[in-house]
Amino acid sequence: MTSFASPAAVGDALQAVGYLADDHIGNVVFLAERLGKPLLVEGPAGSGKTELAKSLAAVRERRLIRLQCYEGLDESKALYEWNYKKQLLRIQADRDAEWESLEADIFTSDFLLERPLLEAIRSPEPVVLLIDEVDRVEVETEALLLEVLSDFQVSIPELGTLGAQSRPLVVLTSNNTRELSEALKRRCLFLHIDYPEADREREILLSRVPGLPGELADRLARIVRRLRQTPLRKTPSVSESIDWARTLLALGASCIDGETVRSTLHVLLKHQTDIEAAGRELAALESAADETSEPSPAQ
Amino acid sequence: MLEVVTGFIRELREAGVPASMVEALDAVRALSAIDMSDRSVFKSALAATLVKNEGHYAAFDTAFEVFFATGAPRPEDSPVPEPGPPGSPPSAEGGGGGEDGAHRLRRALAAALRAGDEEGLRRLARLAVDGLAGMERGRPVGGAYYLYRTLRRLATDELLEELAAGLREGGLEGAVRRDELEARLQRFRREVRDEIRRRLVADRGREAVARTLRVPLVEDLDLMHANRVDLDRISKAVYPLTRKLASRLAARRKRLRTGRLDFRRTLRRSLQAGGTPLDPVFRKPSIARPEIMLLCDVSGSMATFARFTLQFVYAMSGQFGRLRSFVFVDALDEATRFFERGVDFETALAAVTAEAEVVWMDGHSDYGNSLEMFRDGYGEEVTARTTLIVTGDARNNYRRPRSEALAQVRERARALYWLNPEPRPYWNTGDSVMDAYAGLCDGVFEVRNLRQLRDFIEMAGLPQPAAPLRAAAG
Repeated sequence: MTSFASPAAVGDALQAVGYLADDHIGNVVFLAERLGKPLLVEGPAGSGKTELAKSLAAVRERRLIRLQCYEGLDESKALYEWNYKKQLLRIQADRDAEWESLEADIFTSDFLLERPLLEAIRSPEPVVLLIDEVDRVEVETEALLLEVLSDFQVSIPELGTLGAQSRPLVVLTSNNTRELSEALKRRCLFLHIDYPEADREREILLSRVPGLPGELADRLARIVRRLRQTPLRKTPSVSESIDWARTLLALGASCIDGETVRSTLHVLLKHQTDIEAAGRELAALESAADETSEPSPAQ
Repeated sequence: MLEVVTGFIRELREAGVPASMVEALDAVRALSAIDMSDRSVFKSALAATLVKNEGHYAAFDTAFEVFFATGAPRPEDSPVPEPGPPGSPPSAEGGGGGEDGAHRLRRALAAALRAGDEEGLRRLARLAVDGLAGMERGRPVGGAYYLYRTLRRLATDELLEELAAGLREGGLEGAVRRDELEARLQRFRREVRDEIRRRLVADRGREAVARTLRVPLVEDLDLMHANRVDLDRISKAVYPLTRKLASRLAARRKRLRTGRLDFRRTLRRSLQAGGTPLDPVFRKPSIARPEIMLLCDVSGSMATFARFTLQFVYAMSGQFGRLRSFVFVDALDEATRFFERGVDFETALAAVTAEAEVVWMDGHSDYGNSLEMFRDGYGEEVTARTTLIVTGDARNNYRRPRSEALAQVRERARALYWLNPEPRPYWNTGDSVMDAYAGLCDGVFEVRNLRQLRDFIEMAGLPQPAAPLRAAAG
């Protein structure tokens, strides 16, 4: 498959699979592919980082290989592992064999269990490799990724170096809970995704929630934007505002008055105290509305 | 072009953005892969290759605007007028000299803001700079001065109020509309700023302008003297740091292994391999949850820093179930109750200020008395899992330091750190009694900015020798 012709083409292609990218996202994705560099995507939870990787896989019609990072992730989960049970069976099946020949036999790729990173570069057709929430692994574990990210190869002591059969498109995501190492950052292009502007969020809602009336989407996007500016423990993410739109649609709400908003806020906000704070904020706005409407009873 | 790009990268480094050699090469490679005439792509390419930290975008944007301004100022803009005779008003051409011009511009601006006319705003920004900034060639004045002057004469703040007052919608709709107007006005202000910068660049050259515009990175802001805007930036950056401290301490717990073999489970697992214990299993250590007790000096001399520490406490209390905070001036009071889940920071701060009983005698710092109060009131609750962190300048107003109180608490605790927001050379000068306490601490750190706070956190996460390390103070 040929690469994207221009940054604008990236945006269009992503839009076709339902991911609305702004110019900067399109530009950087285009570059990442052109330069063959991994893409490090950072931003608040639920701003569409993982979704970007999935959409890219869909656009390119490539398989998505995902490595979910967590504390305690190690080589045998990320890169490869020897299938020692199979090795053991092999040894037992052939008790009389010379050790040299046996050793040469059991340390071959037949006995190797491929984990996501190795799988991604050994795949005959190019894939999209998603390394999700890379900030969850310890700094020391990051080093595991470096060889793959810069040279697209994996060194296995018993086997030698396994090079890439195809070059994967690598996307790393981070919630920025800790500073990533310089070495890792240096190897990547950096893309910060923030919450979208009200207009783009409206478009996202419309494309993600079929049947949503435009006006409702507009109001939802504005309210969410407003809430993101209020100090909350956890600001509503894009995925949560999509959920909220779905909820309102399912409830058959055609307009959103204060009551509807309050009764469905728990979809948008996940902390009780946030819900209360948001309720107060919205109520304050409404009472302000009453005051302003009082002097003009003609309306 | 290459020369401009290298100059740009040099400026980024001077401004504190750590762009490495490899990244500079990447930037150049990236530029050769794109259509450079497209400004947005051009900017994305530089941003993605050179800036790897969200907090550095502000510095990047500033430098970018200076180095790659949209087009040279057109001749009819008469970039910077020749200095006229002193006292003469700026030229009235271009639509807006004098008070009359300012009024006309203001009306046009109001209309453009209401309509959301982007192109109009841009044009008005140019006109406003022409007519109202009064820029003079070669005058060593920063862009901020001209910006202030232009916006002052347009009275933009009042304009927003007038527009908002004229809104028909009330309530939520109205608030949203107001936000929109404000965002547009913000865009207009940016246009004016950029326009002024463009003209300054034409007058003085890129490097000089970039130098005057440099904003310190958020991690280098001085916590003692931060202003309101800086504090906002800092508070955004604090959150990841608290997460980090929390996860560092948690990781420590996991990595420490007792190393004792779990014989039963090892045997059980060996059955898979025909009785060979290939895969030894170790007992998990019983998890000791770390506790943190924070003691903050909130006296007047520490006002700004105390605000920051409390912010840190606030952010931490979201991460750490077992965080207790104490505030003191010449008496000490527990502040944990003010930072309960769900209270927003300003409310918590107001509550601490109003309700915490921290003044006993005269409201001047008394570390000795405060530490004794801590020992007597809470010393019993300090355990071998407790990490004590004291923040303060150790300026004791020539009172007795009474360090034995701290020593007794230290005996019980796992570790004791002291964070001092004063520059190291000032310690132990005047009424500072840092040395009286330093010997008792596992570490004394100068924490004047976020970078230093981060260094402290890195250190706090490191596995420490089994025996408590004494007198590691610098």
